[in-house]
Amino acid sequence: MSLAAAQPATQPVSVRPVLEGRGLTKYFAVKRGRGMFSGHARLFAVEQVSLALAAGTVTSLVGESGSGKTTVARMLAKIINPDAGDVLLDGEPVPAGRPRSYARQVQMVFQDPFASLNPVHRVRYDLVRPLRIHHLAGEDIDAVIADLLRRVALEPPAQFATKFPHELSGGQRQRVAIARALSVRPRVLLADEPVSMLDVSIRLGILNLLADLRDREHLAILYVTHDIASARYLADTIVVMYAGQVVEAAPSARLTDDPAHPYTQLLLAAAPDPDRAEPPSLAGRGAPPSLIAPPSGCRFHPRCPHAMAVCSAKAPPSVTVAAGHTANCWLHVDPAQRRVDAEAEPAPAPTDGMFQRPAAASPDRHHPEED
Amino acid sequence: MSLTPRPAPTPAPLTPELWAADPVLEIHDLSVDYGFGADAVHAVVGCDVVLRRGQVLGLAGESGSGKSTLAMAAIRLLRAPGVITGGEVLFHSTPEAAGGPHETIDLLRAGDAELRRVRWSEISVVLQSALNALNPVITIGAQFDDLLRVHRPQLSESERWDRGVQLMEMVGMTGDRLRSYSHELSGGMRQRAMIAMALALEPQVMILDEPTTALDVVTQREILEELMGLRDRLGFAALFITHDLSLLVELADEIVVMYAGRLMERASAASLFRSPRVPYTYGLLHCFPPMHGERRSMEGIPGSPPDLRALPSGCAFHPRCPWAMERCRKEAPALVELDGSGREAACWLHSGDATVPAELDLPDPANRGPRPADERTRARRATR
Repeated sequence: MSLAAAQPATQPVSVRPVLEGRGLTKYFAVKRGRGMFSGHARLFAVEQVSLALAAGTVTSLVGESGSGKTTVARMLAKIINPDAGDVLLDGEPVPAGRPRSYARQVQMVFQDPFASLNPVHRVRYDLVRPLRIHHLAGEDIDAVIADLLRRVALEPPAQFATKFPHELSGGQRQRVAIARALSVRPRVLLADEPVSMLDVSIRLGILNLLADLRDREHLAILYVTHDIASARYLADTIVVMYAGQVVEAAPSARLTDDPAHPYTQLLLAAAPDPDRAEPPSLAGRGAPPSLIAPPSGCRFHPRCPHAMAVCSAKAPPSVTVAAGHTANCWLHVDPAQRRVDAEAEPAPAPTDGMFQRPAAASPDRHHPEED
Repeated sequence: MSLTPRPAPTPAPLTPELWAADPVLEIHDLSVDYGFGADAVHAVVGCDVVLRRGQVLGLAGESGSGKSTLAMAAIRLLRAPGVITGGEVLFHSTPEAAGGPHETIDLLRAGDAELRRVRWSEISVVLQSALNALNPVITIGAQFDDLLRVHRPQLSESERWDRGVQLMEMVGMTGDRLRSYSHELSGGMRQRAMIAMALALEPQVMILDEPTTALDVVTQREILEELMGLRDRLGFAALFITHDLSLLVELADEIVVMYAGRLMERASAASLFRSPRVPYTYGLLHCFPPMHGERRSMEGIPGSPPDLRALPSGCAFHPRCPWAMERCRKEAPALVELDGSGREAACWLHSGDATVPAELDLPDPANRGPRPADERTRARRATR
């Protein structure tokens, strides 16, 4: 397996993203008050999040609970519909609803393999069902299933196909869940915290399997996690979310070695690190804000150790700190432009696309689907 | 009543004699089964753990390794079908009320009255899920009130409230949160309230069973910092149970690693991290991707944790062990001291004429002057 070969210093395999979210925004209605004074308030779960998944790369979405990372994954999977923004597959906007052809190409792996597999059916049933639904069941279903189980390293396949979920360990169950997602030959895999329910000693096995799928089958993978160390290990690009917004995006080693946003710095300082000689000092204690009444301007400003006047007045623009490295932070804006008079110019859009596409787009490179 | 700082024990370089110095909780040869007879699952087998005064002892292991069972059995909180089948748990009590009697209580043989005297006032527990541990239908303040009314009957109602406010402030919350119900608090605040409650009677021992596992990293770090600060001020000993070995290395003075109900290795945190002696510890340490340096492919540990109902013969880790020998398949190794180093390992590779792989023979940092953990503790204490 070649993690080193996938170092972000090299160009992404495909510049043109397979799946892209542009300006994704989702509000949830929450009930407020009681009786005749009750009403609904809006919870700003995700606002203006753009991200692109390219074939043969792993993009990691990192954030604390409540930061909106799962909501973004679900919008990309079209399990929920965004209130604003678009999901684009191969550059084409996907129509509302969840067309079956879309579901076939974009598959999701969920956090809890104990809940995502039907306890009364054998593994074989879980793998055959998507094939039948998508009319992909060919002549020799057993050969297809054996191949799937082999791809997720469940050997001998014949034996695993007849097992019930309760006969499998957590790691094996998650492998079945991944095999099920792979059964319809998707091009995009959205993995929502795929290892956080598993034992520490088997997590790397699942992460290595995802890395393998990226390298061998050129899948575009979204890895949603709260564990920034595992994101650094697996992902090519890390996108950090805070309170429903993207705060920083960069190639993974760069982001962890040289974080530009104060929130990312806080997250890294708080992460367990046995190599650390000194106890870390946390700059920006406290908790994420309420998303029903989020702070004005930058959502991190009430906790931020570097907060300036402009931070509470205007949302920060997305600033390119280095090639492929963007941070949504006023600290990286030219001081002359950090003016508080918000009327003078409209606030820039909080996030721009994270991949800078070359002006002269190369002819479409389409990856053949795996067979 | 106020929180008087207990003089913290002066840390000294770790010598073999010191491992046994001033123990507060001694667990000897403890065994726990789930169920009876032939169907019994041996969840904990002959474990020895010694917690010293003022120490943070980390108990690491994967789910099902028996780490929580061990701790819960030691303080007699194990529920049926758990059965303690053998062993001894000695609690050497030196109550805070100065001049209180020094006594040794055998917790496994103690009667209800004796347990009641010790529980919470001398040994308290913080569980992973504070939402389940707190009473949902009364306020946090009412729960403090309950606790103090029973254990500190001399306090008046207003004194109890003041004490509640004081405890809440100690863990970084405001006193008005006493009027909140547990569902009105965030996960971090609930766990803080739980810690405040565990400290209310100034216990000598605190058992922390995955206290921060359900929390976000920033909150986790804040709570752990607070906890360690309180430990330095109040001088309680902590048994910290977690699956997160990388966190434990930063936090604990000494670490015990469990696998399939048995202790695999015991060493100071720095020694365990820099020079693991047991293949399982070595594998576990290589399950946490590093935050620095070049990204390299890592393998984790092959296979999966064993089913306690059908344990492999011999050493339970041998099917996953890259260095397994013939002997490992037949006989289970006991936890023995590695000649004079003050650390213990349960592995055949360190006995007889077996060749120790280079990976398990790295130089032990403890043999070169004081341990980093001790220096850290000392620095922390000096700043206060």
